[in-house]
Order: sequence, then C-alpha cells, then structure tokens
Amino acid sequence: MAQHLSAAARARLAGQRIHHFHGGLRLRHHKKISCDVPLERVPPSERLFVPLLQHGHSDAARSLVEAGQAVLKGEPIGSYCEPDTGYVHAPTSGKVIALEVRPIAHPSGLDGECVVIQPDGEERWTRLEPIEDWQHADPATLGERIRTAGLVGLGGAVFPTAKKVEGAQARGVHTLILNGAECEPYISCDEMLMREQPEKLILGARVLRRATAAERVIIAIEDQMGVVQRVLDSALKTCGDGAVEIVRVTTIYPEGGERQLVQVLTGLEVPSGGLPLDLGLLCLNVGTAAAAADAVIEGKPLIERIVTVSGSGISRPRNLIALLGTPIHDLVERCGGYRGDVQRLVLGGPMMGYALPTDAAPVVKAANCILALTADDLRSPQPEMPCIRCGECMRVCPAVLLPQQLHWQVTNQQWEEAEEYGLMDCIECGCCDFVCPSQIPLADWFRYGKGVLVNRASEKRAADHARHRYEARQERLERLKRSRQDRIAEQKRQLKQSSEGKRKVAEALERARKSRGEDEGRSP
Amino acid sequence: MLEAILPIATLGLLFGLGLGWAARQLRADSNPVVDRIEALLPQTQCGQCGYPGCRPYAEAIASGEADINQCPPGGEDGIRALADLLAREPKPLNPDNGVEKPKAVAVIDEDVCIGCTLCIQACPVDAIIGAPKLMHTVIESECTGCDLCLPPCPVDCIEMVVKEVTMGDWRRPMPAGARANTHGGGGRA
Repeated sequence: MAQHLSAAARARLAGQRIHHFHGGLRLRHHKKISCDVPLERVPPSERLFVPLLQHGHSDAARSLVEAGQAVLKGEPIGSYCEPDTGYVHAPTSGKVIALEVRPIAHPSGLDGECVVIQPDGEERWTRLEPIEDWQHADPATLGERIRTAGLVGLGGAVFPTAKKVEGAQARGVHTLILNGAECEPYISCDEMLMREQPEKLILGARVLRRATAAERVIIAIEDQMGVVQRVLDSALKTCGDGAVEIVRVTTIYPEGGERQLVQVLTGLEVPSGGLPLDLGLLCLNVGTAAAAADAVIEGKPLIERIVTVSGSGISRPRNLIALLGTPIHDLVERCGGYRGDVQRLVLGGPMMGYALPTDAAPVVKAANCILALTADDLRSPQPEMPCIRCGECMRVCPAVLLPQQLHWQVTNQQWEEAEEYGLMDCIECGCCDFVCPSQIPLADWFRYGKGVLVNRASEKRAADHARHRYEARQERLERLKRSRQDRIAEQKRQLKQSSEGKRKVAEALERARKSRGEDEGRSP
Repeated sequence: MLEAILPIATLGLLFGLGLGWAARQLRADSNPVVDRIEALLPQTQCGQCGYPGCRPYAEAIASGEADINQCPPGGEDGIRALADLLAREPKPLNPDNGVEKPKAVAVIDEDVCIGCTLCIQACPVDAIIGAPKLMHTVIESECTGCDLCLPPCPVDCIEMVVKEVTMGDWRRPMPAGARANTHGGGGRA
C-alpha cells in the first residue's frame, strides 16, 4: 500500500488488500455442528414474552398496549423515550394478556417488563407499507423507515441502526462494510443467513447503500466460509448492482469486532474514542442488512431473528428463525432438548456472552446464540493466582492495551490512570482472560472498571449541573435582595423630595410624637 | 556613573510598570487550588461538613482550616481523591459529620403537603416547585439528596427514597469470590 496516501485516501481502498490487527487468537471453531441442517422457522409458542428493553443503551421502552387488547403482527407495542431508537413490535397477531415483570436476558440478571402475547395462530399482519420505489427513494425516508421498523445491530451489540445511518447521512461515508466475519466460536447465525438468504442480504446491502449514499458496499466474510462465497457470488449476479463486493478475511478472533474489521480491511486504526465514520466508513452486521431489506422492500418491522442454538449440551444443534419473545426453552426443545450434564446456559458466544439465569428468558434482538455448555466445556475451576507479569495478555490484546497494567490499576482503584491507559478502549473480547496463566478474570475486571469510569463521568456531570443550579440560585437571591433594597431606597428618596411626601412624613412624625406624649402623660 | 545608573533605573521603572499592569489586568479571579478542590466535591450543598456549601468547604480545606474527611456524600472515594490532590494520607470519614449513605432523592407525599413553601426556600438547587397553599413536588433529576428540605417541613411529608437500580444504570460488579475462582463467570468456555 502506498505509504504517501492520506488516511482518507487509504480508507477508500478498503478491501483491496487484507491487513492485520494486533494480537487475537485462533480458536477452535465449533461452527460446523450447527450448520449441517437448514434454517427452520419456529412456530409461535403458546405465549410470547416480548421484553420492552431490547437494547443496552437505554432504559426500557414505554408500553403502547394494555392487557386484553388485540394486536396484529408487526404493530408497535412499545416506544422508546429517546426519539431515534424506534419501536418494539408485536411478533405475531393475538391478544395481549398481561404486562409482567419477568426474567429476561440481561447481564444484570434483573427482571424486566414484558408484554405477554397469546398468539391467535392466524399471523394476521398489520397494514404493511413497502417503499416500492426504494431505488430512487430519499435517504431520509429510508432512514426514517429503518427507525420505525426498530432495527438494531443484530451482531449482538444492538445499537440502534437508525442512529448509525443518520450519522452516516450527516457526515458522509464512501464505503459501507457489512460484517459477516462472525468470529466467535459456535455462533453461525450470520453464516446461515448468507447461505440461505443471499438475495435478501444483497438487496439489504443496496437499500443501505441508498440510505447512506455510500459509493460501495463490502461484505466481509471469513476465509473458512467456503460455501458462502459461492452462494453470494451467484446472488450478486442475479440481484447485485455492481457496487457490492465480497471480501474474504482471515479467520482470527476477534476479527468480527468493528474496529478490528476496519483495520483488517483498510490497515487504519479507528481513533480512540472515535468511530469508523471518522474514516468515512460505516460498519453494520449482515443480519441488520437483511432486516433492512425486509423493512424497506416489504415494510416488515424487526420481529424475528436467526438464533444459533448450539453447544455440547444440545442434542441437535442448529439455527432457527425465532419470533422475538419466544421462550428459550422452546428453542432448545426444537433442537431435541438438552443432552448430558448442562452446567451453564449462555446468551452469546463463549468469549463475550453472559450466563442466563433461566431458560424461561425470551429471545430478544440481541440473542444471536444460545449456548448450552456441559462440564467438559468449562475449564476446571482453578484458584486465581497473582499476576506474574508474563505479558501474554499484552501480546493477544487486539486493542493494543496493557491488560496487566490495567488490571493493577483497576484492582487498586487508580481510575484516572486506568482511563489514561485506555481502559475505555477495551472491547471486552476476553483474549487476555483466555491466555492468562494465573486464571485472572481480566475481562470481568475491565467490564467492572469501565462501569466505574462511566459512573464517575456521570457523577461529575451531575455535580457540575448541581453547582450551576446552586450558583444560579445564589445569584438570584442576591439580585432579589439588591432590587428590594434599591426599591426601598428609591421610595425614601421620593418621599423626601416631593412636598406631598414631606407633608406626609411630618404628619406621621407628629402623630408619633402625640401618641408618645399621651402615653407619657398616662403612665405615671 | 550616570550611564550605569540610568539604564538600570529605566529598566526598573519599566518592569515595575509592567508588573503593576499585569497585577491589575491578569489577576486570577479565584484561587485555582480552591477550584480544583471544589471540582472533587459532590456539590450536594448539604452543609454536613459544617460549612454553608461546597465552595466554602473547599475554601476552608485550601486554607487548612478544615480537614479532608468531613464530606459524607463524597464518601471514601471523595476523601481518596482529595488526599491524592493535596498529597495527604487518606483517612476515614469523620463520624461527627455523618455517615456515607446510598444516593437518595426527596419525595413529597403530595396528599399531605400543605403548600407552605418552606422546603422550596431550603432547597439549594431549586429542585422543588410549588406555590403558596398549592401542592409542591420534587424534580427528581435535579435533586441532589442533601436532606435540607426535611427539617423545615411542618407536616413531615418529605421522605428520602433510595433510587432503585434500573437496567439502564446497572453496572458490572467487581469480580469476586466464586466468580473469580471459577474463572468461568460470564460463560467463558
């Protein structure tokens, strides 16, 4: 790559050469087990429990329905307070039988409010409004549809897609990257999507290109996904538009991380605290692109997703298309139930996922994978040992941080130093954790530390806000006091000056003197 | 002789004028140490430190009049931050000033409130709205949890309520005990 080119110019060459990022791990893939059988749609469960919290970046949506109300498939049932985060929709037609606080999939283990829907089995859609002329539609119209359809990043981070698209519209992007580099072991929902619904993905890519006004779209896939390339190539011939291309990247964890993928495709690092937008790039998951095709071309909101159900604790691992709100145990049953001594049920992959408290939790937009792990999969519990400063963690860190140093700072509560050493740039991939010979749960420490830094920043903001209000109040009280004093002084002056005033003062003094005289006369 | 004295005297005069001008024009509005101390205080303006607000307490610390362990809302973290800034040893919170409590907000029982406006006058951050003989209420997002509205209330209708953790403001706890020992917390296989 020509070194003299500016960063912006080099970003434009994204995908022409494959670069590397620092560190990473080659992990056993475990994907084939769930890719052998085709996708299957799960029929609506007896009851669907749709959580009103569907993404991690806000509080739950406000319910738009009441118990007893009939809903149609695709009808909005929850709306977020933040305007650009869209809606939660009814996954099927039926009756709302309750609004309940129930266990949901969230790392906190806290219960969340769910809309409980009893499906009527008729799957009656609400009125759908496809954007027929999407190839010539205004980007703002497409962005608005992406928002109202409740699209979020389906790679697991569930960031509202409309926010990303709006950012791209405002700042301009030249390349849209669709992330199909699903690097975490076991997870294969994106691979199955690309294999079975390639046309939808390509159409989604074109919709998003129109919405963001990007010049080209790169669909990044892993070099181990042999079939996918062939399937996508033939789909490109039938419904591509010449601006969509497929790029194969080397399979290494965590390549599917947004920042890592950008680095692999361009050789450029996304700046600390910045976004791929700073390089003129926008990165979205392939599942999100397929959902965008549904939302725009068919008018359907996001009410279902592909979920990988896998792990050695599942009888017949596979990928399922599940309605949001389907209880996870129904998916497990669909896969032949549990097998062996299942020790832990995980939402997400083995590296970045979190343990679910119960399999009654429903499918959410973030649920890319349900993993049932048996005792054999889990590392035998070993006591945590002191850090020996071997530096292994540093070698594998894809964010080029110093995990051993950060661990020292976080455990000793040296927050300013930790921030300075880039704790917020940690992507929580768990590579450091994986290689640590002392069994230190480094990623857990960093998740905790990042939470503390976020809290400290918000406390600082609250304190500054309180100080401004306090100072404004002090100033106001001072001003009121001064204006009162001024008013009294002014009244005094006026009374002294005018003859009418002088007379009144004299009379008042006279009255006072008299009454005093009378008092004195009476008292002895 | 004169050619030696004259330049030195002129220079002295020029520098004197320069310094005099600088002292007037470039004077710092406030003591930077006080500003930095104040930035570490929680701005609850509760007065538990014995001073009428965070700024006066910051001034008292800067002048050496007050110790760094008199702020209960700031708690141990606040004391540590102050100790770091002033290069002193951290010490436990002075129990005479109160104890560290979880963050709470004032809630007015609106059925009992008689609309006396006393709490409005006591609130240091204007977080209570209301009018004479009309019900008052607390703007939750503005309340610093200073407790100052409690004593003046003649009907005791204000209660401090500890804020419940929602999913939006939940943060990962420190890995400890079982989690740290199994090294599998969070599903690491």
